[in-house]
Amino acid sequence: MSGKYKEVAYYPGCALEGTAQSYDRSTKALGKALGLKTVELDNWNCCGAMEVKNIDPKIQTYLSARNLSIAEDMGFDTVMAPCNGCYHNLKKAEYDLENDTSSKEVNERLSSKAGHKTYEPGKVETIHALDWIKQSVGEEGLKEKVKNSLEGLKIANYYGCMYTRPRHIFPEKDKGEGSESTLKPHFMDDLLEAAGAENVEYPLKTACCGGAHALSDSDTSTRLVLNLIETAEACGADVIATECPTCHTGLEMHQIRAEKVLGRKTNVKILYFTQLLGLAMGLSPKAVGVHENFSDAMPLLKEKGLA
Amino acid sequence: MPIHEKSLIRPENLIEQEELVIDGIDVSGHWSTFIKPRAVTDYNETMQDEIEALAGAENINRCWQCGSCTNACTVNALNPDFNPRYWIYLIRLGMEEELLIDKDIIWQCVSCNKCTYACPRDVNPEGVMKATAHWLELKGHTEKKPSMIFDEEFSQQIFDTGKIEDGLVLRKFFAKTGQKLTQSWLVTMVVGLIRRLPITMLTRMGLSIVFRPRTRGWGKARDAINEYVHEKEAENRKNLGLDTTENGQ
Repeated sequence: MSGKYKEVAYYPGCALEGTAQSYDRSTKALGKALGLKTVELDNWNCCGAMEVKNIDPKIQTYLSARNLSIAEDMGFDTVMAPCNGCYHNLKKAEYDLENDTSSKEVNERLSSKAGHKTYEPGKVETIHALDWIKQSVGEEGLKEKVKNSLEGLKIANYYGCMYTRPRHIFPEKDKGEGSESTLKPHFMDDLLEAAGAENVEYPLKTACCGGAHALSDSDTSTRLVLNLIETAEACGADVIATECPTCHTGLEMHQIRAEKVLGRKTNVKILYFTQLLGLAMGLSPKAVGVHENFSDAMPLLKEKGLA
Repeated sequence: MPIHEKSLIRPENLIEQEELVIDGIDVSGHWSTFIKPRAVTDYNETMQDEIEALAGAENINRCWQCGSCTNACTVNALNPDFNPRYWIYLIRLGMEEELLIDKDIIWQCVSCNKCTYACPRDVNPEGVMKATAHWLELKGHTEKKPSMIFDEEFSQQIFDTGKIEDGLVLRKFFAKTGQKLTQSWLVTMVVGLIRRLPITMLTRMGLSIVFRPRTRGWGKARDAINEYVHEKEAENRKNLGLDTTENGQ
């Protein structure tokens, strides 16, 4: 698989400019360390996250279509999104524009009124940051570049909802060996293992953190997150590795809220997979934004000889 | 006759006679539990059509009642009353009164899409939940729920500027729902970060108030989206037999 995706259009999305700056920083730093080139989408817009679809799903399709048309204008056939929400919405737009006539019509209408080219499905492939590393560098490539092995670090890999569901918007998944599984995803596990980490058997890889209602129904989110965290601890994990800014911030926020509101203190640390891989490539904690996380992982990283 | 599965029946629908003798035989208490007989006559015959017309619920008529959605549901695991299969059943039969018993929890769907993943009939139960919550609000059965306030605030920022600034979303949502920014957990989060990152954090917070992130040249997209949203709103209200001039038209 290696050789693909050496140069991709990069769609950071709003979260990576806001609460998830450490994900943006570590994604860029990791790409650089691995010799991969990313060019940020010029003048992109928000994908609509999980909210706009509840006002009207076709506007959400348009928002992603505009971003895809920018990638096309810039001459890219691949756009990489590290955020599950952005990734999911670009994928869903691709599917809806292909299969739903009325989504297509609304996109044509809004694109022409907004004064830009209407995106036609099939022009740009959307990939997640996991696909990007896995299929450009791969496990073997990573192993060669490890300077500071993650050996001794026990990791629960958490993928959340939007990376695998609903199945129909990810036609490339569940295609057997080498492809991602929607039931038991493993791309992040594969990469972290290549960097020396010990992945624990974690049964809640694709369980929900309640991110859509992190603020509007905090009690539900806190209970869901507490379950994710306590299960990770019961599985022996030191760290929960994440690949979605909404999940990541939700875990950090509700870990603190569970302690304050429910009196349930937990100790597992939450780090982006790009931060963990960056550390393994010999980057400093600062270079991958460990200090920008709400979850303070520095004492653990020092203990494990990674900082 | 004793009913062993009482947990399946709402307490208000159970009748237990403390002292009852029939044909000389004492059948009091446990041996004399009945399910209240009832005849449903107030079917709402348009409810399914109305909900089906809202975004997300287009495929509700495909449901086979297999229950895969409820079985997979994240929220059901926390609250057994949260039962998508049952609500779809009620909507399809037009049993509005029964549906209204759960009107204040339907909005709690977290959109994890486990139901959609599990559904063998492409019903898209997640979409049905959103459409039903929307229907309840439009019909005046519920007030605007926190998730809808959040969705509207969030979406309006995108429609206006093309982007989101998460600090602003949080501040505005808390203001609209009367929550304090000084809740202990929030303070702990921010203080922890400021201690490690004083200058960057403060600069970021300061800058985000002055320079809101926005997409350049967004004006035409903004107008096109707002025009479409208003059209859709009017169409939704018309489908529900509501006055289309209301709601900021």
